[in-house]
Amino acid sequence: MAGGIPRTARAAGDAKSRRGIEEPAWMRRVLIGLAVAFVGVFLLVPLANVFAQAMAKGWPAYQKSLGHPDTLASVRLTLLVSACCVPLNLVFGVIAAWAVAKFQFRGKALLITLIDLPFSVSPVVSGLIYVVMFGAQGVLGPWLDARDIQIIFAMPGIVLATLFVTFPFVARELIPLMEAQGSDAEQAALTLGASGWQTFRHVTLPSVKWGLLYGVILCNARAMGEFGAVSVVSGHISGVTETLPLRIEKLHQEYQAVGAFSAASLLAILALVTLGLKTWLERRQAIEHARGQNDSPSLP
Amino acid sequence: MSIELRQVSKRFGDMAAVEDVSLTVGDGELVALLGPSGGGKTTVLRMIAGLEVPTSGDLLVRGERVNDVPVQRRNIGFVFQSYALFKTMSVFDNIAFGLKIRKTPKAEIEARVGELLRLFGLEGLGRRLPHQLSGGQRQRVAIARALAPRPSVLLLDEPFGAVDAKIRQELREWLVRLHRELHVTTLFVTHDQEEAMEVSDRIVIFSRGRLEQVGSPREVYERPRNEFVARFIGVLNVLELTVRQGVARLNELAFPAHGVPEGGTLRVGFRPYAVQVSADPAEHPLRAVIRQVYFLGVQMRLELETPSGLVLRTRISKDEFLRRGLEQGIPVSFQIREYRVLSTGSDGLAPEVSTVHTASHWAEGI
Repeated sequence: MAGGIPRTARAAGDAKSRRGIEEPAWMRRVLIGLAVAFVGVFLLVPLANVFAQAMAKGWPAYQKSLGHPDTLASVRLTLLVSACCVPLNLVFGVIAAWAVAKFQFRGKALLITLIDLPFSVSPVVSGLIYVVMFGAQGVLGPWLDARDIQIIFAMPGIVLATLFVTFPFVARELIPLMEAQGSDAEQAALTLGASGWQTFRHVTLPSVKWGLLYGVILCNARAMGEFGAVSVVSGHISGVTETLPLRIEKLHQEYQAVGAFSAASLLAILALVTLGLKTWLERRQAIEHARGQNDSPSLP
Repeated sequence: MSIELRQVSKRFGDMAAVEDVSLTVGDGELVALLGPSGGGKTTVLRMIAGLEVPTSGDLLVRGERVNDVPVQRRNIGFVFQSYALFKTMSVFDNIAFGLKIRKTPKAEIEARVGELLRLFGLEGLGRRLPHQLSGGQRQRVAIARALAPRPSVLLLDEPFGAVDAKIRQELREWLVRLHRELHVTTLFVTHDQEEAMEVSDRIVIFSRGRLEQVGSPREVYERPRNEFVARFIGVLNVLELTVRQGVARLNELAFPAHGVPEGGTLRVGFRPYAVQVSADPAEHPLRAVIRQVYFLGVQMRLELETPSGLVLRTRISKDEFLRRGLEQGIPVSFQIREYRVLSTGSDGLAPEVSTVHTASHWAEGI
C-alpha cells in the first residue's frame, strides 16, 4: 500500500484533480467513437470491399484475371517506372537536402518552395506540362520527331511525369533531419583527413539512413500509385503504356469488376506494406531520437 | 615556432569577426584563447584548422603558409565544443577514423587506438557507442580521436563548456597532465578566466575581434595592458574620480591627481585583495560598514559600504576574517593598499594601467 493511502481514496483524489482539465467520460467516448466510425466507414470498409470484390468469383477467377497479359504488362511497367524514379529521386533528394541543410546561399527559400511545388500542383497539370513540352504539337515536338525520339505516349513520358510528382518525398524527409544534426560531425571528419565523399559516405549517410529509407518508401508508394499525371502522358495503350492504376481504371470502365478489383488488390497490398514499413520506421526513428543518437556502426 | 598569425582578419559580410591579429605559438606550448563570447577566439581557432579562410593576412604552421592548404591536409587535431563524435560508430571506430582514412595498416591502427584507449582511461569501452558514454568519457574520446593521427597541433573549442562544475575541475587537471605527457602544441578557447589562468602557459585575450594582450597568466593578471584586460582577468573595483584642488576625489576617497588637470577625470582600479579591513576603527583611515559577507570556502568576499554609499568589493581569508573579529553589519576601518591608474581622461586611454601605485604613504593625507 504505497504511502499508506487506500487505493480507492487515491483514485477518487486523482479524478477530482483532473476535473476541469479533462472532458467528461461520455464526451470522450462520443469523440473516440466518432473518429473510429469515420475511419471504419471511409477507409476500412472500402478496403475490405476491394478484396471481397476481387474474390467475388473465387480464387481461380482472381488468379486468372491477374494473369491476363495486359495486367501483367501493366505490373511490369509500374515496377519499371518506379525502379527508374525512386533511385533518381533518391539521388536528387540527397543532393537537395545536403545543399539546403549545409550551405547558406541566395535563393535557398525559393529552392525549398520549388521542391514543394509538386505537392501543390494538380497531377493533371504536371502531366500536361510534359505534353506541352514534348508532345507532337509541343515546344520540342518537331525536334524530337525529326530524331525519332518518342517521349509522350511512351515510357519516357510516364517516367518524367512520375518523377515530377514524387520528387519532394526524399528531400522533404531529409532536410529537417540534416538541419537538426548540423555539420559538426562532417567538419570533424574533414579535420581528420576525410575527403568530401568519404565524409558523406561514412558520416552523413549512416546518420540519416532511417529518414532516407522512410522517404524512399513514401516515394515508391506514390510512384506506383500515381494516376493523374501518368494518365495525361501515357496514351493508355494496353500492354504497352498502361501502368497498374491506368489498367484498373480501364477494366472498371469495361465493367470487368473482378479484373479491376483484382488489380486494385495489388495496389491495396502495396499500401498496406507501405503503411507497415512506415510505422516500423517511425518507431525506429522515435527510439533513436529518444536516445539522441543513431546506432549501427559503419566502418570506413 | 609552431603556429604564426600575421595580421590575420576575418570578415563575415560587413561584420569583422577577427581584426588584424598577429600571434605566435611555440612548439609544445599550451595556450588559452580567452575572451567574452563573440570575441573572435573560436574563429581564430577555426582558421588555424582550415575550417574558415582568413579574409586577409597570413597563417603559418611550422613556418609554412597554409592559407590555401585544405583542411584535410593540415594535419591539425580539432576538438569541437559539441565533441561531434560519429554517433553511428563505436568508440574504437571513432578514434580509428583518421587512421583508416590515411590507409594505415590494420595492425598499426589497433596498436595506436589501444594505446590511446589506455592513455585516456577508456579501456573496455572500445565497442560502446557514443550515446552509451558519460559526458567526460565522450570528451576524452573526442580528444583521443583528434590525437590519433599524431597531429602537429591540437585545437580545442571550449573543451570544458559542456560538462558540470565538478567534472570540469578534473578535466582541467587531466588536460594539463595530458599535455605534459604528449607535449603537443595545444590551443584552447575559453570564456572562463579562471580556467585559462589555471591550465595554460600563456593566455591570449580577445575582445571584439581584436587581440588585447598576450602573456603568462601572471603577467596578464599583474600587468594588464588596459582596463578591459584588468577587468576581465579577476575582479576589479573601478572608481571614477574628479580632480579638485590637486587631488582626485570621489566622495570620501582621494587619490593623487597623476597629472590630470583640475576638473579632469581619473579612473583607478584595484583588486579586492588590495583592500585591508579592520574591526578597529582607528587602524585604517577610511570608514565603512560590512554590508554583505559571502562565504567562498577558504576565502570570504565582503562588500563594504562607505558612509556616502560607495560599495567596494574585497576578499579576505577565512582565518583572517575570524581573527580580526569581522562580522556582517559591523562598522570597520579600511585602506586601499595598492591601485592602478586606468585612464587619465574621459577618452578611455590607459597609458599607465600596468603601474601599481602604493597608496599607504598617501592614505595618511586623506
